[in-house]
Amino acid sequence: MAKKKVVLMQGNEACVEGAIAAGMRFYAGYPITPSTEIAEQCAVRLPQVGGKFIQMEDELASIAAVLGASAAGVKAMTATSGPGFSLKQENIGYGAMAEIPCVVVDVQRSGPSTGLPTSPSQGDYMQARWGTHGDHPVIAISPATVREVYDLIIRAFNLSEKYRTPVIFLMDEIVGHMREGVELPNPNDLIINKRKMSYHDGANKQCYAVPEGEYVPAMKPFGQGERYNITGLAHDASGFPTNDNAVAGALYTRLMEKIDHNLDDIVRVQEYMLEDAETAIVCFGGTTRAVMTAVQEARAAGQKVGMFRPVTVWPFPEQKLRSHLSRLKKLLVVEHNYGQMVLEVQRAVAGQVPVEFLGQVNGTVIPPAAILEKLKEMEG
Amino acid sequence: MPSELIHQFMRIDHLPHIWCAGCGNGIIMRDVAVAIKELMEDPEVRLNREKVVIVSGIGCSSRAAGYMDFNSIHTTHGRAIAFATGIKFANPELEVIVLTGDGDCSAIGGNHLIHAARRNLGLTVVTFNNDIYGMTGGQYSPTTPTGDKATTAPYGNVDRPFDIAKLAAGAGASYTARGSAYHVRETIDLIKQGIKHKGFSLIDVYSVCPTYYGRKNKKGDAVEMLQWQKEHMAPAVRYYSMSEEERKGKLLVGALTHNNYPEYTEEYEKMVQRCQADMKAKAHK
Amino acid sequence: MSRLAGRKKLVIEPAWCKGCGICVAFCPRSALELVGEKVRMKEDGGCIMCGLCEMRCPDYAIYLENLEE
Repeated sequence: MAKKKVVLMQGNEACVEGAIAAGMRFYAGYPITPSTEIAEQCAVRLPQVGGKFIQMEDELASIAAVLGASAAGVKAMTATSGPGFSLKQENIGYGAMAEIPCVVVDVQRSGPSTGLPTSPSQGDYMQARWGTHGDHPVIAISPATVREVYDLIIRAFNLSEKYRTPVIFLMDEIVGHMREGVELPNPNDLIINKRKMSYHDGANKQCYAVPEGEYVPAMKPFGQGERYNITGLAHDASGFPTNDNAVAGALYTRLMEKIDHNLDDIVRVQEYMLEDAETAIVCFGGTTRAVMTAVQEARAAGQKVGMFRPVTVWPFPEQKLRSHLSRLKKLLVVEHNYGQMVLEVQRAVAGQVPVEFLGQVNGTVIPPAAILEKLKEMEG
Repeated sequence: MPSELIHQFMRIDHLPHIWCAGCGNGIIMRDVAVAIKELMEDPEVRLNREKVVIVSGIGCSSRAAGYMDFNSIHTTHGRAIAFATGIKFANPELEVIVLTGDGDCSAIGGNHLIHAARRNLGLTVVTFNNDIYGMTGGQYSPTTPTGDKATTAPYGNVDRPFDIAKLAAGAGASYTARGSAYHVRETIDLIKQGIKHKGFSLIDVYSVCPTYYGRKNKKGDAVEMLQWQKEHMAPAVRYYSMSEEERKGKLLVGALTHNNYPEYTEEYEKMVQRCQADMKAKAHK
Repeated sequence: MSRLAGRKKLVIEPAWCKGCGICVAFCPRSALELVGEKVRMKEDGGCIMCGLCEMRCPDYAIYLENLEE
């Protein structure tokens, strides 16, 4: 067996390498801390692999160019941080409505507004779900380690291609700027999805039609002989705008169901020392490490504590969390914000178990000691 | 039964279109179809219909993408040129034509317009410039003349207007031209020039909006508004034969700039070749 | 009547005509008229098959058709 090579890598770098391994060959972005290294690394790496890098004039142009590139058949990505993520929202909704795959990386920083650009935060959790207007499906994935960034960005592309929808890759400053030794997988071992293609030539008036029981349309990229229309307006099976309430309603329902009816495929969680736990700490992304350390220390002190961590942060893994409730006595949600995922936890738990919250917004991270302190307070 | 041209290039089950009686947009959309048809038939160009992508933004103009039977994408307000940049850069083989309006491309999309012009990426932008926001009911746009009225300029517009073709030229666009709904043959030829041109091209086509702009400003109906274009705009051949005095108050229908600056996707490809050659050289060391 | 004129025919699609009057106003031979907000050819004709009406019709409701040989 060939000896695997361990490389020292930053989270933002791993994001680029993973994306390239997933087949990403188009990046459009605008510089913003703390995601800029992703753009810089794409500028270095994409020409080497025959891909395209472009620094656009603003955040809105970046996501628009990414959607355009994807409509032309190239796997495409953009990366940003809080303020830029806000600016991209309208076109993220467009991608959901028009069913154009792409990956939007948000390396979260403290907000609102310009906030603390170089400081960790998880303040975009709700924005990732509700940032764009209207009802629409969202898949968001949040990595906790550099190696996970690599693996999960591939998963983000795979889900995006499979379900023809933008996928939000919700990193944070901690994970983006963390450097650690990682052993990258053999590229031959990776599973890489590609979007479903149609076999239609010429004008296709049924380009958005799906067979009974299926949710995702098959379309050729622009320029390959199938002609159809894409629009952000509610549209019929031909992709042409419609005001027909029944047709529009059916479209919205299908868009929601394509995610809601595939949760087993989409939702992933990490459970740590949870089997016999009486208290579960819920966290995601950059707070995970401190929580795991706190769990270990609490266990050493004889407390039955475990961790429940959504890896797919949207849709929120409520069924999986609920499956533990009969055993759990308490929940503690730890986030680098003033309480966002905790709202989802409370909704899922529906009063069955008390839910406590530990949050922090001051530009520093929540250390394991603070989590242990909170656990102690909850005991008392 | 519509004409052969319309049958061949429009999605006729969605016609007649939603534009008002006398709206210039229908004329300009046909100009684009004729330009494409003639370039498909031109033995030196042999434009491939399946490689043509029509991109539009939001507004009256931008409904055109849905009516035209090509690869078509009706995007978000102001972002047509940015979407088009992604399409063209991802696959430079595609002939990407942006259909946009004065508000769409010079107000909310102004940043994308000037930067696409600066990059000289091979897009062809055709504006349906009607001096007003029509879809929302007649608000003043960046091309509404000073003093004119709109629902948001009830006492007369205080803003000074843009000349979109000059704006694009100022931003470095290598081909810029002005056309009009009245000057059909000239406008078709300018659009053809724009498509054939390797770099970024913009053809600012003056449309007419009798419903809002015309009515608000007592400019008469569509006929009178086209008559104004006939009298106040002069095709290049005539324009350049006129004296300085005769040109006063007249607008050129023709090309404003035509330069052969390096095209973006070609320059990028050269950079990729350099980068990969360097990598190979380093690997051999 | 020119040789070419014999090979073309002016076609009007009344269902698509919105009655804007552009074709009527710019017809060089004043061969068209609006009746009940729809265009039609005047009875005394005079059409020279120049096609200007087709070029400026925003609604594609009037056009020249090539006749079969």
